[in-house]
Amino acid sequence: MHYRRLIPCLDVDGGRVVKGTKFISIRDAGDPVELACRYDAEGADELVFLDITATHEKRQTLVELARRTVNDVFVPFTIGGGIASVEDAQAVLDAGADKVSVNSAAVARPALLEELAEVFGSQCIVLAIDARRRQGSQWEVVVRGGRTATEREAVAWASEAVERGAGEILLTSIDRDGTHDGYDLELTSAIAGSVGVPVIASGGAGDAGHLVAGLRAGADAVLVASILHDGDHQIPELKRSIAAAGLPVRV
Amino acid sequence: MTPATPTTPAPATIAVVDYGMGNRRSVEKALDHVGASARITRDHGELRAADGLVVPGVGAFPRAMANLRELGLDDVIAERAAQGIPVLGICLGMQLLFERSSERGGAEGLALLAGEVAALRPGAGKLPHIGWNLVSWRAESRLTGGLPETCAFYHVHSFVARPADEDDVLGMCQYGERFATAVARPPLYGVQFHPEKSSLHGLRLLENFASVCAPTGSRVAVRA
Repeated sequence: MHYRRLIPCLDVDGGRVVKGTKFISIRDAGDPVELACRYDAEGADELVFLDITATHEKRQTLVELARRTVNDVFVPFTIGGGIASVEDAQAVLDAGADKVSVNSAAVARPALLEELAEVFGSQCIVLAIDARRRQGSQWEVVVRGGRTATEREAVAWASEAVERGAGEILLTSIDRDGTHDGYDLELTSAIAGSVGVPVIASGGAGDAGHLVAGLRAGADAVLVASILHDGDHQIPELKRSIAAAGLPVRV
Repeated sequence: MTPATPTTPAPATIAVVDYGMGNRRSVEKALDHVGASARITRDHGELRAADGLVVPGVGAFPRAMANLRELGLDDVIAERAAQGIPVLGICLGMQLLFERSSERGGAEGLALLAGEVAALRPGAGKLPHIGWNLVSWRAESRLTGGLPETCAFYHVHSFVARPADEDDVLGMCQYGERFATAVARPPLYGVQFHPEKSSLHGLRLLENFASVCAPTGSRVAVRA
């Protein structure tokens, strides 16, 4: 029985968890490691930390976060935000992270994915894609937290990235992020149907029904943030709803 | 002979064998969390002084064996197991306990358990097998005390051990084929999954291993 996963995402800025609505208004929701421990105890299957601040001396921040997390969190965790080289990834993985997530740096230089996969194996490499809907069923890849458009089309980029070595796709709809209106199911389905690696649906989860819909659209895992951080929903209740819908989940 | 006092067992000192591969830090911290005194080391003296060994591992089998041999750790692990000191192999570390693997052209293993390591046949599933998967126990063991009859553990692997002796199989998992995901032939233990990443059930298993390692009167007698 291979289980679907529920993954809380902690956006971290200056050592604190934040979650922005459409990446613009940001509010504090606590200490990342404390929150991560709580989610582990409540049944989170994995955790994702994204350091959303753009700085040039980011590696040490990410390493410190990994070092603190590994002391107290006993489920797999991914760290992303500013990883741009094999050396960055090595430092974060050595500090205790299980996977690294890359986004802008891979868009700027796709060969990074090959380099990372060669050294660490694809199972360690998560490609994060932030996608914004264009006309109809077309999505463009955006970077820098949604502030900068690229020329890339999201489905094509996902396929290319997997060929280059990405082992998982963390797919965020920028249009839905923070809205609580549900994942962009058409986007989730389009990407999940075109790549042979697991897709994590992200951006827009507001209730358990949205999680079920994301998984049914083809996602192997669903990412949740503010609905947990704000206390509107709890992991056990969300997982019971997923199980009740007939999807295999660890409860 | 003085019997061991059951009331205040000393924390087991567990050496996490460092051969340059694998998530040693995660394993060390999880062992610390369950009350063991863990240390990442490749020092033969420390390995000979420990109450138990954990062989971690993420990566390819041939390189892992080459590293172990180069550091003389293969002989130390075999020597300790022969003395009755508990050894727990995790993921690749479990595979290394067997005779050989076909991964990347093949290589000889530590050959402490009978059987071979071969590619997982995933059926319609993808490789590597990544994620939480249900494990059912096939035998009684101190390693699984207090755990539900079936429970989920976190797996990340493309190869599996095929024990030659059915009696060595402790737990089974299914991903395409059914495979042995836990083995026990005390003092040797192996788990294909990552207990250090499997939340409360994984911590319980590590705590059980630490208690298997905990020094006792008889153990001291064996060592002397």
